[in-house]
Amino acid sequence: MMSSESLLRPDVMEDTDKATFDLQQGEKGQARLILRGRLDRDTTASIWQPSTHELRRVRFPRLIVEASAVVYCEGSGIALLTEYKHIQEEHRGQIEIRDLRPEFQRLMRLFETDRLVSPPKRPGPIRGPIRGVGEWAAGLIYDSIAGISFTGEISLKLFRTLLHPRVLRWKDTLIIAEKAGANAVGITGLLGFLIGTILAFQTVAAMRQFGAEVYVADLVVIVLFRELGPLFTAFLLTSRSASAFAAELGTMKVNEEVDALVTMGLDPVQFLVLPRLVAVLCIIPLLTVFNQLLGLIGCGLVMSTWNVPATIYLDRIRNAATLTDFFGGLAKTFVFGALVAGVGCLRGLQTRTGPTAVGDSTTRAVVSGMIAIIAADGVFAVVYYYLGI
Amino acid sequence: MANGSIIQVRDLAAGYADAVILKDVNFEVSVGEIFAILGGSGSGKTTLLRCMIGLLKPLRGAVVIDGTDLVSAEGEERLNVLRKIGVAYQNGALFGSMSVLTNVSLPLEEFTDLPREAIEMIAQMKLKAVGLQAAAYKMPSELSGGMRKRAAIARALAMDPKILFLDEPSAGLDPVTSAQIDGLILDLSHDLQITFVIVTHELPSIFTVADRAIMVDKDAKTIIAAGKPQELRDHSDNPVVRQFFHRAVGKPALT
Repeated sequence: MMSSESLLRPDVMEDTDKATFDLQQGEKGQARLILRGRLDRDTTASIWQPSTHELRRVRFPRLIVEASAVVYCEGSGIALLTEYKHIQEEHRGQIEIRDLRPEFQRLMRLFETDRLVSPPKRPGPIRGPIRGVGEWAAGLIYDSIAGISFTGEISLKLFRTLLHPRVLRWKDTLIIAEKAGANAVGITGLLGFLIGTILAFQTVAAMRQFGAEVYVADLVVIVLFRELGPLFTAFLLTSRSASAFAAELGTMKVNEEVDALVTMGLDPVQFLVLPRLVAVLCIIPLLTVFNQLLGLIGCGLVMSTWNVPATIYLDRIRNAATLTDFFGGLAKTFVFGALVAGVGCLRGLQTRTGPTAVGDSTTRAVVSGMIAIIAADGVFAVVYYYLGI
Repeated sequence: MANGSIIQVRDLAAGYADAVILKDVNFEVSVGEIFAILGGSGSGKTTLLRCMIGLLKPLRGAVVIDGTDLVSAEGEERLNVLRKIGVAYQNGALFGSMSVLTNVSLPLEEFTDLPREAIEMIAQMKLKAVGLQAAAYKMPSELSGGMRKRAAIARALAMDPKILFLDEPSAGLDPVTSAQIDGLILDLSHDLQITFVIVTHELPSIFTVADRAIMVDKDAKTIIAAGKPQELRDHSDNPVVRQFFHRAVGKPALT
């Protein structure tokens, strides 16, 4: 027979809308845990911690759970009873659940689990970083090989398309050119205007100290023609179109549309990539010129506020910029355009499965597109230097 | 509320924009019943389901769940109704960036004060009930179609709902996996006394699990038959119903 020494008696009430427990210690380390009331997800939460903590602390060799006063029990209540079992098993104690209503016993049979599945082991603090570096390096090598291979493939197919233009899907190409080019005219012009304005503002005050404010036009026109015009237009296309290409192709990949093309005998590069590549190669020089033109207008506006006459401003532009500057800048845009379309499409076609895959591809397209454009611009700077351009 | 009915759909009309897909829909579902909504492709089964779970506002009518009209309920009242139901979507709709266990734990983490270990225990128990405990730490992309559907059922069970809505639970599965899902539905119905509303057009599943069924039709835009599946199959005079159950091809003129 057990004594009635109560260890914990929190809120012992007859209220059946709540869950209560009463833990009584008996002889020879036996204990009786009396559960009362509702064991739903709200009420179970109130007794989970105190009851399990006490069972872990005292470690009874034998525990009898009296459940006759449990009027309602759902999954959380069964989880609590299962937790009592696990605690007893942890310290090799016994447990007996008494007088649980038949409907709750059915629930117990359905849900009760002998053991919890543990999460997979992660690499330790030393192996983790080493593995991370290894995976990063392997990824870099894989990316480089894929990039080189893809560049070769699209170059070959672009060359074939130039020889046989009818193989290109011109209708798709024009639609892409409209979306990536015509629809981007406004934002490209605005960007150019702002660049011209900001450049002029930043430099004119300093130049005026030397009475050289008219030479702001020289600076702006050369910077716009040789560097910022092509570069900012390419950045804009990367963020606007390379991301769109990656998302479109990535979604097609996830939806197995790319596989469908392959099984139909259609080449995804010819069908999907070349129209985008040709469209971007056609529109990027036009957008760049538009960007530069608006940049010069923006600069002119600032110059006019500093009382530099328009005729002098136009004269400075004519004298400062040469056709070499202009076409040297435009030559870059073809390479930038190829990078924008190529990287966007490559990332799209590399999309894996899963809901985050398309988002990941889009991010990678924008990031690697920007890096590729800056790297290419650096190469151009060196080449132009040695060529004297 | 009618005696023993947990769902009442009254004079429901539903559709999108100007297109009425369903009208004059009236039926009741009893407590603990496995109720099937049948119909061919495009008949409005899923539209009806979306109205019943509050995802689509009907053009008119009421969907009374456990005494509360979900259509007119707002705020806390609406949330209380939604907490009584669980929904398993056709493709699982598992959150791909979370493990299976986290998918099941999510509603418990959001809506209860249970400690972390209790939530994990409950989630693993629900996964065990659908036979997926071993896959608890897998990502949804690592699961097969059948496993995904079972994981979706486990997630729907997380909050111990009174009513479970299943959208095409057996669609696209092999016969063995499909039979496993049917067995699971019967077990849950028997052991948990959950009311099931199942949208399906899989004949073997209908005959295995459904206590009662209604059939909606694309042309009639309403319920064209209601009753036990066997009765509908053997005694219905409606040519569309006969064609559906006898898998006939061509015009519905098999009377």
